[in-house]
Amino acid sequence: MIVSRQPQGMPQPDLEPHFAYLLRLGDDNLILAQRLGEWISRGPDLEEDIALANIALDHLGVARNLLTHAGEVEGRGRDEDALAMRRTEREFLNLILCEQPNGDFAQTMARQFFIDAWHVPLWEALSASTDVTLAGIAQKALKEARYHLRHSSTWVVRLGDGTEESHRRMQAAVDRMWRYTGEMFIGDHVEAAVAETGIGVDPISLRPAWDRTVADVLSEAGLQRPDDDYVRTGGRVGFHGEHLGHLLAEMQWMERTYPGLRW
Amino acid sequence: MDGTDLSGAQMVITVEDVVPVVASVADPELPFVTIEELGILRGVDVDDMGGVIVTVTPTYSGCPATEVIRDSILEALRRAGHHRAEVRTVFSPPWTTDDITPEGRRKLEAHAIAPPRRLLGLDHPILCPRCRSASTSLLSEFGSTACKALRVCDSCGEPFDHFKEL
Repeated sequence: MIVSRQPQGMPQPDLEPHFAYLLRLGDDNLILAQRLGEWISRGPDLEEDIALANIALDHLGVARNLLTHAGEVEGRGRDEDALAMRRTEREFLNLILCEQPNGDFAQTMARQFFIDAWHVPLWEALSASTDVTLAGIAQKALKEARYHLRHSSTWVVRLGDGTEESHRRMQAAVDRMWRYTGEMFIGDHVEAAVAETGIGVDPISLRPAWDRTVADVLSEAGLQRPDDDYVRTGGRVGFHGEHLGHLLAEMQWMERTYPGLRW
Repeated sequence: MDGTDLSGAQMVITVEDVVPVVASVADPELPFVTIEELGILRGVDVDDMGGVIVTVTPTYSGCPATEVIRDSILEALRRAGHHRAEVRTVFSPPWTTDDITPEGRRKLEAHAIAPPRRLLGLDHPILCPRCRSASTSLLSEFGSTACKALRVCDSCGEPFDHFKEL
């Protein structure tokens, strides 16, 4: 049984679906990029430090392209910077999974693996979007997501199939992140509207491919797939965990302190 | 050149005039390779008013060189007397390493960067750019820039960058 809890008590912003959809996908990448960037200078070794920075950069690039396009679709003159730096926590529409703290390296890899395994079928589907700009962004992001998935899968297997300690930590990371994965497959009126026009995709259609990838990699890693079906939701309508505000405070402080600053 | 000839009459700017200016712009991270050789220059047009429109595509979504390349193109055009110019970015079809020209590949190898294999030839070995040994190993899938992986030659022991296939 899938248990879903939709937080109550705040009005949901009534955004135009095409705009909201691009914001959701853009925010996923922006927030994940910011998290991965926190690893810079702290990676377990130099190569991995560089790898995480490179992956962060890919996500940041996808975010910039999506937010720029979102601003154009909205038509109110907001550019990528306005959308990234001048929205409040409740206006961010990323999956709660993306904002989860880095934790140890296993936790970062579990988060990344679950997202990569979702991004690959998502970008595949969106490569045929009727929004040609989104299709172009997706075609480009797909190549990068495949590369990211290879990287994160390798680490999940290496840690899961490694020492007793690495196995214990990797399993704990998978268990910890699991409750946030279901949100990737829950659509609302926004996804329904964009799927109808061929701009977007029904998120449930991405589940079989994701399930297959996750089953294959967890099995090779000797890890257990959690049987807990509890799904933590809310990110898509701006209800976040306690971590996002802190992330945004760090990400946005320069723009908030010196509005419009350029260098 | 400032768009006028000595008699003061307006000169007609043609695509043929501006293509060499744009095509010779260097990549900021691989300054020995031009944007044309890298395969990211998608088009050069001149509009009715003599404005230059350059179309480029990024290598990677987040490639930090993209903005430098745009500025370099505009600067090269300005130096050639073309002050009305615009750089447009397109994503589709996505850039692939197969778009790198033979000359671009030769230059990469001459600068000790193993060029990407053709996407249909990924079963070919990656040769050491120093001793051309076919026996090389992957050190890291991610190297000094987003587009490169780090390898080491099993024969001569030299570490080297490999422009990864995309």
